[in-house]
Amino acid sequence: MSIEVRDIHKRFGNHQALAGVSLKVETGSLVALLGPSGSGKTSLLRIIAGLERPDAGQVLFAGEDATRQDARHRRVGFVFQHYALFRHMNVFENVAFGLRVRGRATRPSEQDIQGRVRELLELVQLGWMADRYPSQLSGGQRQRVALARALAVEPRVLLLDEPFGALDARVRRQLRAWLRGLHDKIGLTSVFVTHDQEEALSLAHRVAVLNDGRIEQEGTPDDIARRPATPFVADFLQAEPVAICHAAQ
Amino acid sequence: MSAIVAARRAQPLTRAALSASEDSRPVRLALTAAALGFLGLFLFLPLVAVFTEALSKGGEAWVAAVSEPEARAALWLTLKVAALSVPLVTVFGVAAAWLIARFDFRGRRLLLALIDLPFAVSPVIAGLVFVLLFGRQGLFGPALAEHGVKVIFAVPGIVLATLFVTLPFVARELIPLLEAEGRDEEEAARTLGASGFQMFWRVTLPNIRFGLLYGVILANARAMGEFGAVSVVSGHIRGLTNTLPLHVEILYNEYRFQAAFAVASLLAFLAIGTLVAKALLERRIGGSR
Ligand SMILES: Nc1ncnc2c1ncn2[C@@H]1O[C@H](COP(=O)(O)OP(=O)(O)OP(=O)(O)O)[C@@H](O)[C@H]1O
Ligand SMILES: [Mg+2]
Repeated sequence: MSIEVRDIHKRFGNHQALAGVSLKVETGSLVALLGPSGSGKTSLLRIIAGLERPDAGQVLFAGEDATRQDARHRRVGFVFQHYALFRHMNVFENVAFGLRVRGRATRPSEQDIQGRVRELLELVQLGWMADRYPSQLSGGQRQRVALARALAVEPRVLLLDEPFGALDARVRRQLRAWLRGLHDKIGLTSVFVTHDQEEALSLAHRVAVLNDGRIEQEGTPDDIARRPATPFVADFLQAEPVAICHAAQ
Repeated sequence: MSAIVAARRAQPLTRAALSASEDSRPVRLALTAAALGFLGLFLFLPLVAVFTEALSKGGEAWVAAVSEPEARAALWLTLKVAALSVPLVTVFGVAAAWLIARFDFRGRRLLLALIDLPFAVSPVIAGLVFVLLFGRQGLFGPALAEHGVKVIFAVPGIVLATLFVTLPFVARELIPLLEAEGRDEEEAARTLGASGFQMFWRVTLPNIRFGLLYGVILANARAMGEFGAVSVVSGHIRGLTNTLPLHVEILYNEYRFQAAFAVASLLAFLAIGTLVAKALLERRIGGSR
């Protein structure tokens, strides 16, 4: 399902976090929101999910206005930066949560829930971990549980906030490839946030570069890399290797 | 438990640090002895005194003192007041803590200050305020009397005073807990389609359950033991508006020391029961984390 945001504004106190953001995400595509820290990536994602209300502007799903719709009814799969797994539930119950809270009329039978959760855990390759608690999992495993949990409710779109942010470089590369594979397999419209340009350029179909609450450029990875539209984008892409050098020292 | 953690952390220390901790051993022993001595003197000895005095005329006298109709009425009233007020302050405490920890609204600071008020104000003053409000000469006194409702010198007044003094316990216990947890899990529940109630019941509450129980236990202890505020509004009508602490005082003033201590030992039992419950809970918290 396609996502569109139109001229979104959001203020926190006297800080303008988003100043007129418009973006279209085509059905089935994988889009990256790329930008420096504090540029408004998380805010935009939260507004799409309905966790935050914009001061002005619209959010549309498949062309229909969802701006006033509660997060609970949007059927958006959200993967939080720090996973936000339910600590007091084991992996199985975490994934089953979205099914168990459904109204009587639409709730699957216990047997169907069992089947669906097992299936999802296989999909994220964690079938053997169903009885573990989140605190007993590695970061990468938590990430995949969070993903399975979000997918369990058959969301119409998938939003991921820095899905690889807290992982080490090796796990990061593995998960990245795996996520791309998963996306190719299920074709769910997805938006992910990152401040790592390499991640954005190598993974996404399209990239939107955010700076200070505005979209500086939106286009294919190729466009962004070869034809930066603004000095900021050129600078941001340039600056990255330097930052990596600093980190390595 | 924190001592164990500290000891573990201390392991990889340098030699200098180790010898420093050896040097401080006599100091540590002295401090421990001082703390234990203090506890013994001010907590354990009085408790022993209560029980020896209560049993000074033998077990039969103890049974007679606590099964006197007035003593039984006082015990019953104390339990009743706790059973009425603790659930109310629990509901209030959870709601207020959640509001304060999750939302930024006008009057948030005021609400926080109000929750702390009972800690700051002397219970006797609190009792007096209720008399001024609901007493016969009070603000709402005449209106209440017209409808035949008696608050002061009656059970409703005692419940009100108890509500006042126990108000902060649950909320104060939960606010830092809820703030530390953050709202991530609650938001995750919402995006997964949970209603507000389902989110609270399945996600928020399980995460704060031990803190909540702890707050309830503290509030309960205070509800059963409160003297000052209750004393002002109760009117000390024997068999009717005397709670256990008030009954102890009456007996004592009548020079019936053994009976006073026997009834006091009942209160001590309630308090010890509460402490045991707390210790058990703490062990469970330690085990589950
Ligand atoms: N709830 C909030 N209250 C106040 N200010 C906020 C809030 N949420 C975000 N902001 C501010 O809005 C701006 C954008 O924040 P946002 O979290 O969207 O940035 P981001 O691009 O996700 O950054 P990062 O890469 O560091 O996660 C920041 O300056 C931030 O301080
Ligand atoms: Mg962010």
